[in-house]
Amino acid sequence: MSAPTRTPSGAPAHLTGPGSGRVGDDAARPDGVLKVRGEFAYGSDLWMDDMLWGVTLRSPHPYARIRSVDVGPALAVPGVHAVLTSDDVPGSKTYGLELADQPVLAVDVVRYQGEPVALVAADHPETARRAAARIVVDYEVWEPVTDAREALGHPTWNQVHETEAPVTELSRESAHLHPQGNLVRHLKVRKGDPHATADVVVTGEYEVGMQDQAFLGPESGLAVPAEDGGVELHVATQWLHVDQRQVCAALGLPPERVRLTLAGVGGAFGGREDLSMHVHACLLALRTGKPVKMSYNREESFFGHVHRHPATMRYEHGATRDGDLVYVRAQIHLDGGAYASSTPAVVGNAGTMGIGPYVVPNVHVDCYGAYTNNPPCGAMRGFGSVQTAFAYEAQMDALAAELGMDPVELRCRNAMEQGSPTPTGQVVDSPAPVAELLRRLAAMPLPEPPGTLDLREVPGGVSNTTHGEGVRRGVGYAVAYKNVAFSEGFDDHSTARVRLEVVGGEPTVTVHTAAAEVGQGLVTVEQQIARTELGVDRVVIHPKDTDVGSAGSTSASRQTYVTGGAVKAACEAVRARVLERAAGLTGRPVGDLRLFDGTVVAEGLELPLAEVLGDDAVEETLEWRHRPTQALDPETGQGFAHVQYAFSAHRAVVDVDTELGLLKVVEMACTQDVGKAINPQAVVGQIQGGTAQGLGLAVMEEVLVRDGRVQNPSFTDYLIPTVLDVPPMRIEVLEYADPHAPYGLRGVGEAPNISSGPAVLAAIRQATGLPLTRVPVRPEHITGT
Amino acid sequence: MRLTCTVNGTEQQVDDVWEGESLLYVLRERMGLPGSKNACEQGECGSCTVYLDGLPVCACLVAAGQAEGREVGTVEGLAAPGELHPVQQAFLDAGAVQCGFCTPGLLVATDDLLARARAEGRTPADAEIREALAGNLCRCTGYEKILDAVRLAADRTAGDAR
Repeated sequence: MSAPTRTPSGAPAHLTGPGSGRVGDDAARPDGVLKVRGEFAYGSDLWMDDMLWGVTLRSPHPYARIRSVDVGPALAVPGVHAVLTSDDVPGSKTYGLELADQPVLAVDVVRYQGEPVALVAADHPETARRAAARIVVDYEVWEPVTDAREALGHPTWNQVHETEAPVTELSRESAHLHPQGNLVRHLKVRKGDPHATADVVVTGEYEVGMQDQAFLGPESGLAVPAEDGGVELHVATQWLHVDQRQVCAALGLPPERVRLTLAGVGGAFGGREDLSMHVHACLLALRTGKPVKMSYNREESFFGHVHRHPATMRYEHGATRDGDLVYVRAQIHLDGGAYASSTPAVVGNAGTMGIGPYVVPNVHVDCYGAYTNNPPCGAMRGFGSVQTAFAYEAQMDALAAELGMDPVELRCRNAMEQGSPTPTGQVVDSPAPVAELLRRLAAMPLPEPPGTLDLREVPGGVSNTTHGEGVRRGVGYAVAYKNVAFSEGFDDHSTARVRLEVVGGEPTVTVHTAAAEVGQGLVTVEQQIARTELGVDRVVIHPKDTDVGSAGSTSASRQTYVTGGAVKAACEAVRARVLERAAGLTGRPVGDLRLFDGTVVAEGLELPLAEVLGDDAVEETLEWRHRPTQALDPETGQGFAHVQYAFSAHRAVVDVDTELGLLKVVEMACTQDVGKAINPQAVVGQIQGGTAQGLGLAVMEEVLVRDGRVQNPSFTDYLIPTVLDVPPMRIEVLEYADPHAPYGLRGVGEAPNISSGPAVLAAIRQATGLPLTRVPVRPEHITGT
Repeated sequence: MRLTCTVNGTEQQVDDVWEGESLLYVLRERMGLPGSKNACEQGECGSCTVYLDGLPVCACLVAAGQAEGREVGTVEGLAAPGELHPVQQAFLDAGAVQCGFCTPGLLVATDDLLARARAEGRTPADAEIREALAGNLCRCTGYEKILDAVRLAADRTAGDAR
């Protein structure tokens, strides 16, 4: 096996793209042409001539003590340049988003199957893999803790962690680590009378399985040792600066010597919020003095990032005979797995929004996040809200059935609207058209009933399992909401640097932020905002790196809001300086001047920017924040915790083969309020993609974990929807401006991923008459076999 | 071993290829053609779809040695330099590209589908498009805009001779 050689590639590119499209237009992506030509450099495409390949040796056991590690046999393999263990981590041995509880490389104990134990760098990836297999690790295997409720039920029994972990600035103020026991966070929401009674009561217990983000681009990056003893890391990630903080701590280096640049990201969906290969590649690069590339294969990817928390949920809804909700009581247990990751935030969302977008006078919710020896769970699109929506929407349907009411009418009767109080004592202070979303859905035409038999249109498809016999059609509705941006008092901000200058005679804006483009189209939005605010078509997107301040995370549907807000503010500051300059040149009052099409214009004046700027550049760097939020009261869960909510609703039409348990989703319809669609085409793309991921969780996607071991870490065994599984969609986008947000916009990405799955479940329940309290629904749940 | 094959119309020769390497690895790591993607490396996702002697295959499932003396076509060879293939243009116009990791494989699979349909003088119906692209996973788009793109490309190229 010899080291491959070829031309270096993958230098971060300045993106320009088509050069038109302002706020509200279907502007084209600046990276689109590169992507369709296969020229866009993803993390796994990076390359340097003398680079090495790094691989990770992972624990085969979910819970074990490491008696000894012998790296000698691996070091003896020709082509191997370094083998590292936790002894080689010079700085902090642990890292984490909220609690620094996760070892960079296992120290004495492994707490989940797949935990990194050692690293190898070699000149060929297969050499590195074979060398890693020769490392001898002697384990004393322990019995894993695999049930979240049992883990909490025995606070001093089989405790997964023995010591308290340092808390980061990302931690929720109300989140306490319990060094005794396996509780990561317990959120209490208390509103009204805890013992309220009602005419009609429905109870239910629900379970949601572990979903994987299944982004297609594997975890990957390239670490390059620098002359100053530091390191340059090119990596596919969601938040460069939170990575930088953790990498610096592990390497024991200051931020100025650990520079990060965003490599092309092949999807994220929350799975890149935590570190994966970041520190590992840097350790190997610093040890060997050579660039080191790491790129997981699909199996390793399943062990290399966190998943969506599995949940068990018990709900009790009480209502009047007329259908007014009187109370909701809920107990929610989330399995956080071996390390905290985002568990405190997931508990926060599940607890505060766990009863859905309804007005309820009496609420009593207990939400727990627990440590176990299952795979670590953390961020995935819509977290906390996705799990609870399956439960509260099933409850609403059960209540409607008990009352003999139409499910849509029951929802509309209790729907949140602007001015409504939330369970956490917040008043919804921007449009909340929950009832309108549902009524618009109900008014949409339904798909035609099945016509002439086409096998491709029936459950089972061309497997020829039915010609229509046993097939019943169901229609289901669901509505959901979620917070946008970071909550609970976190200082949530973004930084933008905007420069306006004349390049080759053409006015040119350069936008520099560290905001991760993961596929959603933020780079397009940044261009649209700059064009709108500065009246200049040519907008260059600077590579995303840590040479500019933090943009915060590409998560929580927040980047168009927060980084969009920062770019807008920086553009306004640049515009003010340019107009001031033009006022000085022309003697006209600044208030009369504006920027339009590369010129400064006023009544009877058209002054090209080239004449105003000459050879000068006007540059402004600004930090921008949304309204501050508050921590929740630790005893009552009350507080202004969320800056904005996103609302969406779905109607699903599903054909179910009740004899075989196979099903075909016939159509999905979605309504969503986005405040203002900055890029309508991209907004619809988010809704379509989110709808498909919700559908996947409803009917097929689950990381199967038995005794702490993952049973299906591949795309052969972990199924995500194909084009045959995702049906045509009807989508209506509403634009009710949020007066607090830039352009009135509302975060888009997560909401459609929340309401879609519960609507599919409702449709299957209607078709089968079965309660179906667990997702994903499997054929045996329908057939009872 | 030494591998000689034609890639995008140009003869390529690489030395010291380990017999265990896939065609995908050789394209990406030895020939400087990383356009074909490595999402699952077991033939489930279609991200590495390339033409091998004119037929679409998952390059991750083809041993490098199997490509000896044969013609390989990748996303990098769909259009002439500086130009866009009608399928590429349609994916951009329809908004079918988000993260883009599935895109190269989908472009090749779509080009193949449309070429076969054109040869029969027709444009594919939705059910046929879905069957043809069922081996290409996309996690971002929910496939709706990919279907839009395929229909758009089919309409735009319907009259083209093949």
